[in-house]
Amino acid sequence: MKWLRKNLIAIIGILVLVYLFVPIAVVAILSFNEPAGKFNVAWNQFSLEAWQNLCGVPGVCQSFLTSIEIGVLATLAGTILGTMIAFALVRYRFRGRSTTNLLIFLPMATPEVVLGSSLLALFLNLAFPLGFWTVTIAHIMFIISFVVVTVKARLQGMDPRLEEAARDLYADPQATFRYVTFPLVLPGILGAALLGFSLSFDDYIISAFNAGTLVTFPIFIWGAAQRGIPVQVNALATLVFVLSLLVVLGAQFTNHRRRRKLESAV
Amino acid sequence: MPALAPVAGGAKVSVGAGVQRRARTAYLLLLPGIAWLGLFFVVPLVSLFFTSLQSPTGTPGVYQPGFEAANYLTAISDYWPQFVKSFIYSGIATVLALVIAYPLAYFIAFKAGKWRALLLVLVVAPFFASFLLRTYAWRTILADEGFITSTLNALHLLPEGRILNTPIAVITGLSYNFLPFMILPLYAALERIDPRLIEAAGDLYASPFTGFRKVVWPLSLPGVVAGTLLTFIPASGDYINATLLGSPQDRMVGNAIQINFLQFRDYPVASALSFILMAIIPALVFVYIRRAGTEDLV
Amino acid sequence: MSAPSGDEVQDLRLVNLVKSFGDFTAVDELTLTIPAGSFFALLGPSGCGKTTTLRMVAGLEAPTSGQIMLGSTDITDEKPYRRHVNTVFQSYALFPHLDIFENVAFGLRRRGIKDVAGPVNQMLELVELGPMARRKPAQLSGGQQQRVAVARALINQPGVLLLDEPLGALDLKLRRQMQIELKRIQTEVGTTFVHVTHDQEEAMTMADTVAVMNKGRIEQMGPPVEIYDLPKTAFVANFLGQSNGVVGAVQGRSGDDLIVGGPGGSYNVPAARSTRQEGEILLGVRPEKLSIATGGSTSSVPDRHNRATGKVTDASFTGVSTQYLVMTTWGDEWTVFEQNRSVDLLHPGDEVVIHWAPEHTFGLDVPAGQ
Repeated sequence: MKWLRKNLIAIIGILVLVYLFVPIAVVAILSFNEPAGKFNVAWNQFSLEAWQNLCGVPGVCQSFLTSIEIGVLATLAGTILGTMIAFALVRYRFRGRSTTNLLIFLPMATPEVVLGSSLLALFLNLAFPLGFWTVTIAHIMFIISFVVVTVKARLQGMDPRLEEAARDLYADPQATFRYVTFPLVLPGILGAALLGFSLSFDDYIISAFNAGTLVTFPIFIWGAAQRGIPVQVNALATLVFVLSLLVVLGAQFTNHRRRRKLESAV
Repeated sequence: MPALAPVAGGAKVSVGAGVQRRARTAYLLLLPGIAWLGLFFVVPLVSLFFTSLQSPTGTPGVYQPGFEAANYLTAISDYWPQFVKSFIYSGIATVLALVIAYPLAYFIAFKAGKWRALLLVLVVAPFFASFLLRTYAWRTILADEGFITSTLNALHLLPEGRILNTPIAVITGLSYNFLPFMILPLYAALERIDPRLIEAAGDLYASPFTGFRKVVWPLSLPGVVAGTLLTFIPASGDYINATLLGSPQDRMVGNAIQINFLQFRDYPVASALSFILMAIIPALVFVYIRRAGTEDLV
Repeated sequence: MSAPSGDEVQDLRLVNLVKSFGDFTAVDELTLTIPAGSFFALLGPSGCGKTTTLRMVAGLEAPTSGQIMLGSTDITDEKPYRRHVNTVFQSYALFPHLDIFENVAFGLRRRGIKDVAGPVNQMLELVELGPMARRKPAQLSGGQQQRVAVARALINQPGVLLLDEPLGALDLKLRRQMQIELKRIQTEVGTTFVHVTHDQEEAMTMADTVAVMNKGRIEQMGPPVEIYDLPKTAFVANFLGQSNGVVGAVQGRSGDDLIVGGPGGSYNVPAARSTRQEGEILLGVRPEKLSIATGGSTSSVPDRHNRATGKVTDASFTGVSTQYLVMTTWGDEWTVFEQNRSVDLLHPGDEVVIHWAPEHTFGLDVPAGQ
């Protein structure tokens, strides 16, 4: 009883963590299912069919690749633009800082329907054809804000003396940036890019408004939900989940090992 | 013995060309990104506003510029139940998320020790699984013949006899899907609290519960405010949960916007709906922050 | 870029250097020559302008007016990465993403020197860190990081090496060790060291010249022994060690001494040890220069000694010495350090006579407000 009282918070915390993973476990388990009807919602029979034949349903892999393409492009552009803004905000004093900060914050505080519908309103008014580029443009727009916030935090956490030390040691502004500032901010930029990609890859609402006839992976899933989601979708989603988790845990592990080595060295 | 040395003036600060050059570099760095946000965030909002005032031409899906304020009246009179549902569902979902997230955030901040980093990764991990699929997975979890529904039914706790296709399912989905947005700000606020404060409270004869209420909770309020906003705002505009988990009677304002835009092609009314949502949220947020600033919230 | 070469050692001269931040003058008309090859300490409380001065010499802060000369070259407007001056930063600012070798090689590589292995290894030997070359800074202890910071700056053979509170982050024992170490390195390489610190003991231990700074100005400058023995201002007398003081008025002369009348009697001070020869002056004396005589032994006080009577208010035994607080008859509290040569301690309430030789006295201008 005493033990329970002492560890109550830990028990509840771990239960919540488990709760977070229940739906994901369902998705993964159902990827090994052979559904009885057309809807893959209840366990019927074990099957590796979906995993052996990932592209076995028309359109599934096409939409998956489209999402990766858009994700890579939007992440690249959004990360570059966002990083530049973050540098300007942290490193320079200029008029219009607070307006800029507000402009960065607003897209994150606006519901996705509004972001999606307003862009659609613009594209319709301009008679701009909907498709790959309109979706990419939209994704770049919301990625920028997240990148600015992440990179800004990293830059603000950096000791200004490091750059002074570089300047003191014969590094001109270009060399200071290349050999000191950039390598130190890079982990933050990569983290922001990873976040940006996963937001883009997973976005449904904004994409749905601006895709026209283009089918991204989430749009494919949405369409399939009405007539039964193919098991392949579960397999692909599980694959993406496991891969991203491995990447992040891997980074975490090397970090941890470095710190361990450090502690043993001192 | 105080010191002497009268300070002589005569020095003036020079604002050199260097400062101006630095400002110019800043603008050059800002320009592309800000132009992008201007073009694809601000201009669309303006465009949305003008669209919301357009009037029909007679041809379906084609509208002309105008000052049709009636679009707003239509939006409100036709869709006020959806607005109300949106804010009720997402409000309940936010409170639920807070109740669920707080113990986990507290556990990670104060009790997790060396597991902290790993646990934080696990909190973000659900982001890596498709939003749509993990929402859809709730259809399996809450299925009519499923374990949860039958248990609750055996206890006669469900008025409608089922969870799926009811508001309960929609709220469950909403509160689950935005949990990481609640956990992370809460954690960030809790992590800043010196654990010795809790010990001090205990030392000063506060029971664990009083210690929490008088010390931890007030100090974590910034995280509570940030977390509830980050959960409430996307939840109130969401239509995925309502569509996948609810019945047609449980549709939210997001559904109304989506249907008017993409199916009815009634762009002016859809835009008016978006704009009203845009306007109500800051108003609610403002009231909420004002209250959170006082003790009314506690 | 003026190619730095280590052979020429040059004087560093600051001429009417001023730095203002808005209304606040951090450095006020500072003129100073630091001779080549010296170990120079800028000592002062925080906010006195010493770090700002150092940063202006490094080029990290632009002077509001004035000139900085290295040898015959005016480096006032030279970019930091072009001037032949290197800095050991406060808390070191080692590049966390580079290993020790690359940290030390940084300056050489930026100057386009291809073959860095030789000099880097040699420099790591000098600071006794050879085996650590491939470690990251975070894997080193504080003292080791400190030595890397010195090596990283010194390898460029700067005309002047600037050290900004270099030992501030170390614990007391390590600090003592590093003081000796830095002194050894300086003697070995012969580079001019300019050392900024608020720790008077550190400054006196290491530097051959100490400049005491206050409110953006140098109050006094000279070898540590000299400024300790004969401070020229009340600020210096108090910042560099402790002092007891009494205000009096010059009443006349007796040989080379001034006779000063003050509360509790008259005092002698050599005219050469006083900044004023007439009017009001502040007499000072260091606590360890004072002797204490009690009731029975007052007759043994030499006639020529200055004396003051009072009552012991506190006695703290510190091992090598005992520190007494004595309330003088006119109500000032004086500090006295007595070596523990006998075990007879005085106790609070004891009536005593404090006495000291006139040549240990110094006379100062009375600071405003006293």
